[in-house]
Amino acid sequence: MPVHRRSPWSLPDSEVTPPALFRARRRFLKAGAGSLALSAGLASGLGGWVGAARAAVERPGKLAPLEVTGTTHRVDEALTDYEAVTTYNNFYEFGAGKEDPAENAHTLKPRPWTLSVDGLVARPRTFDVADLLATQPLEERIYRLRCVEAWSMVIPWIGFPLAALLDRVEPLGSARYVRFESLIDDERMPPRNRAPISYPYVEGLRLDEARHDLTLLAVGLYGEVLPNQSGAPIRLVVPWKYGFKSIKSVVRISLVEDRPLNTWQALQPSEYGFYANVNPEVDHPRWSQARERRIGEFFRRETLMFNGYGEAVADLYRDLDLTKWY
Amino acid sequence: MVLKRPPEPKWLGARWVPPATVALCLVPLAVLIGQALTGALFPNPIEALVRGLGDWTLRLLLLTLAITPARRLTGWTRLVRLRRTIGLITFAYAVLHVLAYVGLDQAFHLPTLWADITKRAFIILGMVSFAILAVLAATSPKAVVRRLGGRRWRRLHRLIYPAAILGVIHHAMMVRAGWGTAGEHAVILALLLVLRLPKPRLAGVFGGRGGAEG
Ligand code: HEM
Repeated sequence: MPVHRRSPWSLPDSEVTPPALFRARRRFLKAGAGSLALSAGLASGLGGWVGAARAAVERPGKLAPLEVTGTTHRVDEALTDYEAVTTYNNFYEFGAGKEDPAENAHTLKPRPWTLSVDGLVARPRTFDVADLLATQPLEERIYRLRCVEAWSMVIPWIGFPLAALLDRVEPLGSARYVRFESLIDDERMPPRNRAPISYPYVEGLRLDEARHDLTLLAVGLYGEVLPNQSGAPIRLVVPWKYGFKSIKSVVRISLVEDRPLNTWQALQPSEYGFYANVNPEVDHPRWSQARERRIGEFFRRETLMFNGYGEAVADLYRDLDLTKWY
Repeated sequence: MVLKRPPEPKWLGARWVPPATVALCLVPLAVLIGQALTGALFPNPIEALVRGLGDWTLRLLLLTLAITPARRLTGWTRLVRLRRTIGLITFAYAVLHVLAYVGLDQAFHLPTLWADITKRAFIILGMVSFAILAVLAATSPKAVVRRLGGRRWRRLHRLIYPAAILGVIHHAMMVRAGWGTAGEHAVILALLLVLRLPKPRLAGVFGGRGGAEG
């Protein structure tokens, strides 16, 4: 599996950063390439702005920077442009269109923020996210993100393993699942922007999935704190599952005995399940999951089982019929 | 109550009206291509192009359907000249929408295309709608109309209603939650369908008498 442990700072100078390349191409196209360049221009304007080369993580300089101990996981593929990562989002509290969250999420007010951890735990606690940032060592992890809508990105997250937080509250032996809940607040998420699904947004994991080393509580991306539209100030990232599992702007985590009913499964059980593991062989009824468009690329690519993290996670599902438990 | 209708403007019969209509209907296409070329459809330009073309196919189809009610309401008979023109441009957008999906989105990847057209209800409905539009486009030249005869031609071209209904359902089915803009399309289509009811029934719907001739 192409997950490596190495520092991004050690990459050779010859590797180009995608944003610069994108801007250069844009300038070239704006300069008015003649009709001969039309087809080449179409290809370039329609995708293909991601450099073939792998880029170092370059801070965009827009939000507060975060210190990390190092890059502990790294998928060996080109990063998705910061601009794309932060303008093409699903965050239904701020609207159903991909561009809506970037436009509307300025009302979120992610600081101060508290995160309650309760349920079947020995020490229920309410964490101040600022304290969490100060006490929890932060790592950078470059993961693929695969949306159930058949598009994908590669994002340099910053965060810490969910397991570290769970350890601090000491789950009881009876706890079998973890339930997550997003903020819902009429002032910070005005109802007029919301897409028509039920709120608060709820997600869930089996306890062993939640404890898995790849399962991250993210507080930043691209070297800085999370932009509001990306789920500030704290969100889940489960890289081998479809993006809707990676719940945003979390306010409550509960350890429970019964499998939580997650929002999308409640809305459309024939299309969205509890597990939502990336699986090219199990189609969504309305589109094939066999291939995906990596944002920034022209041609679709094959979707990988468990989004390419099979070596690390397949064991979790040894006894599960993945066609039935999609 | 009898509404006084504005008289038909003279320019409606002018020679420049059909080409101007074509030009106007092609503006959205020009804008989409311009946006695709300049990177304005960033960050998922192919999706934006497929959807933009689908949206304009449906909007122009609804515009085509609006011509006859508009003529009935205004009494401007020369509006009908534009119906065929707009209908044909609608079909051109449909062709581009399908080509963008087959050629750009799926890059002619046959296994995926095959799976889509055999398994996905929303694609199948789109295809049926597209097939109807193709038949209507093929039977719109004057020579074909003459060969078919007015009555048969008119009956055949009533298929535009199922085409529009299927188009709206095709759109609504791809929306993941609620209706999105498919709701607006559905409302406009419903209104146009009501306006197209034969006059006595239309009068029934509005609880009054039908208007004058139309
Ligand atoms: C062979 C026929 C057709 C195929 C294969 C097809 C395919 C598609 C696809 C793949 C999408 C985009 C789905 C997505 O992005 O998730 C779409 C959207 C759409 N199509 Fe079609 N389509 C067809 C015919 C039609 C026809 C005839 C109409 C109009 C009457 C139409 C109107 C639309 C509309 C309005 C949308 C949604 C645009 C939006 O989201 O803004 N399509 N179609």
